[in-house]
Amino acid sequence: MSLIELHDVRKNFGPLEVLKGVSLSIHEGEIVAVIGPSGSGKSTMLRCLNGLEEIQGGRIVVDGTVVSAPGADLIGLRQRVGMVFQSFNLFPHLTVERNVTLALTVAKKMHAGAAGEIAREVLGRVGLADKLLAYPDELSGGQQQRVAIARSLAMRPKVMLLDEITSALDPELVGEVLRVLEQLARDGMTMLLVTHEIGFARNVANRIVFMHEGRLWEEGPARDTLTAPRTRELQSFLSAVLH
Amino acid sequence: MIRTFSFLDVVFIVSALRFTLALAGIAFCGGALLGAVVLVLRVLPLALLNWLAAGYIGLLQGTPLLGQLFLFYFGLSIVGFNVSAWFAATLALSFYASAFLAEIWRGCVQSVPRTQWEASAALGLTFLQQLRWVVVPQALRLAVPPTVGFGVQVVKNTSLASAIGFVELMRAGQIVNNATFSPLSTYLTAAACYWAICFSMSRLSQRLERRLHVAH
Repeated sequence: MSLIELHDVRKNFGPLEVLKGVSLSIHEGEIVAVIGPSGSGKSTMLRCLNGLEEIQGGRIVVDGTVVSAPGADLIGLRQRVGMVFQSFNLFPHLTVERNVTLALTVAKKMHAGAAGEIAREVLGRVGLADKLLAYPDELSGGQQQRVAIARSLAMRPKVMLLDEITSALDPELVGEVLRVLEQLARDGMTMLLVTHEIGFARNVANRIVFMHEGRLWEEGPARDTLTAPRTRELQSFLSAVLH
Repeated sequence: MIRTFSFLDVVFIVSALRFTLALAGIAFCGGALLGAVVLVLRVLPLALLNWLAAGYIGLLQGTPLLGQLFLFYFGLSIVGFNVSAWFAATLALSFYASAFLAEIWRGCVQSVPRTQWEASAALGLTFLQQLRWVVVPQALRLAVPPTVGFGVQVVKNTSLASAIGFVELMRAGQIVNNATFSPLSTYLTAAACYWAICFSMSRLSQRLERRLHVAH
């Protein structure tokens, strides 16, 4: 039984069809990189998985919850599915520590002491144990994104959805965030990441999914798919991105 | 018999300030409590409740406060509730304040970026938890200046309660003027009282704003 299952998923924004029947399944422990030109529906697909976007057709099952069903327990599901955004979206009025503990104490009703311990542990994992009391606007972009990853990790998610998490960073800050992801990969975290870092996808992902015009155009093992693309669209996308 | 405007008249007018302040204070607090409820109904993701709240706000914002005062004072007595001017004035001003505060706060809540809602939703917070822990704290800082600004309006608008015989600052002025016929001294004294209150409120707001800004 796979952890994430999409079957013929359709999504439109008004008259615009963004997903035109996407099917995909992801197993526990897998790392899947979604690549494709902008507007191909990558981020939208990711956002459908935890119900941030509603779908108009098809079926999505994540960790046993039918996300697409009316009345699905999205609150419970989101506590098991981590999400990290392109623009970090930290809570600017809270310290780094409180950013990490908020959902633990409020959504999971954990005691402040236990939540604080988890915060120190996950912030240590992303190398920011010394920033507990800083506010987000006192951190660099790379540090903010690592806090966002820690905030998500604190919930002990079964899978992480990463939505172009290095795209808003200055080039010299990308490395520190990717290193955190590599560590997560070694720890066996299941990840679905939308990315433009083709080199990173090749090294870390097990599988590559190429999306084009709202469809899942090509998929396969990361290295093979990137070195020997089968479709013309992936070929031209890769040559445009890599050159 | 017309007597001259004296120091005692000043004392009488200034002492009526306590009723103005009491009325404004109760109306503002009542309005804030009710306004918070209306705000939640207005922003909840439930169309019917949004629509009801919008209707409530529109109705109160679209009718004059003086009319609302008359409605509560005379209207309630016609349907059998003999209410005092005190009661009618606090009730009318509270409803009036709730509509304006709900609308002011809605603007502040909506100016918090959508991404803050998304980030907190993705962590598994419920709508009310998102509002309480993420959105409202950020909206609060934006809300201070317009909220105090509206508080100043409430203080000044308590003067309308004089029309239903409630003795506050303005009504005290009318009483003094009827006896002394010195409108200039009388109403300047009253105006000075209003100004002193409203000016201090604005200054307090500026200070609060700075404090909130420094303390994140």
